[in-house]
Amino acid sequence: MNENERNLRYNAYVESKMPKTKPWPSLFHAFWVGGLICCVGELIKDLCLYIFPYMSTQEASNWALIALIIIAAFLTAIGIFDRIGAYAGAGTIVPITGFSNSIASPALEFKREGLVFGLMAKMFIIAGPVIVTGVVASVIVGLVYLFI
Amino acid sequence: MFDPIMYLKVFAIGGLVCMIGQILIITTKMTSARILVSFLLFGVVLEAFGWFEPIRDFAGAGISVPIIGFGASLARGAIDAGNVTGLLGVFTGGLTTVAGGLAAAIFAGYVFGLIFSSRTKK
Repeated sequence: MNENERNLRYNAYVESKMPKTKPWPSLFHAFWVGGLICCVGELIKDLCLYIFPYMSTQEASNWALIALIIIAAFLTAIGIFDRIGAYAGAGTIVPITGFSNSIASPALEFKREGLVFGLMAKMFIIAGPVIVTGVVASVIVGLVYLFI
Repeated sequence: MFDPIMYLKVFAIGGLVCMIGQILIITTKMTSARILVSFLLFGVVLEAFGWFEPIRDFAGAGISVPIIGFGASLARGAIDAGNVTGLLGVFTGGLTTVAGGLAAAIFAGYVFGLIFSSRTKK
């Protein structure tokens, strides 16, 4: 058996063992959980504006994001986020909660490898690429706007 | 404030964005890191062409809570600060606008990481 054929057979084996997600229900799950998370964000923003009438909309939406991030990190830490994520798929990944989860989850996972090279370094295993992409892209956009 | 029609729009657009993410996961088997990066880039592009603002006026948190909003704030910050302080602003502006979210995510991840331990998956 040559190597190529073995790889193909292995891929087929992996495919057969992977948990199957039915496409149509999972779209619906992602839709309502994602929509609900966005509504929670809007609700926190409205509550901030209601309680602190002098707060600007910009500040209030910033608070909403921070609150969602902290809630998501907490739910990750107590193990509930993974269960919601298994049900909702992209419904929890695409909102800012997914970004928070991508930091908190490896932080918990790699704690046993030490504080500095475990928790602190591995925190950015997914968030790192996101931050790099965002910063590089924003600087490019800023430069383009500066010179045109 | 507390406008039911607004919440309906937030739910519909926010849900739609997440559903597009789910379609990408199903059809291309993208990992969550790739999903986050592509949606962030999409947000930067939306802001660069000036399309983000009208969508946010319509859908509020429905577009700003998804990671698209994070990308758009980065781009908006770099453009705005670039207009005010020139080249320096291009470098300082992006991270300034998302500093709150970024710091919250790092702080929460660190603190909860210290307090709690990972459960072994069943």
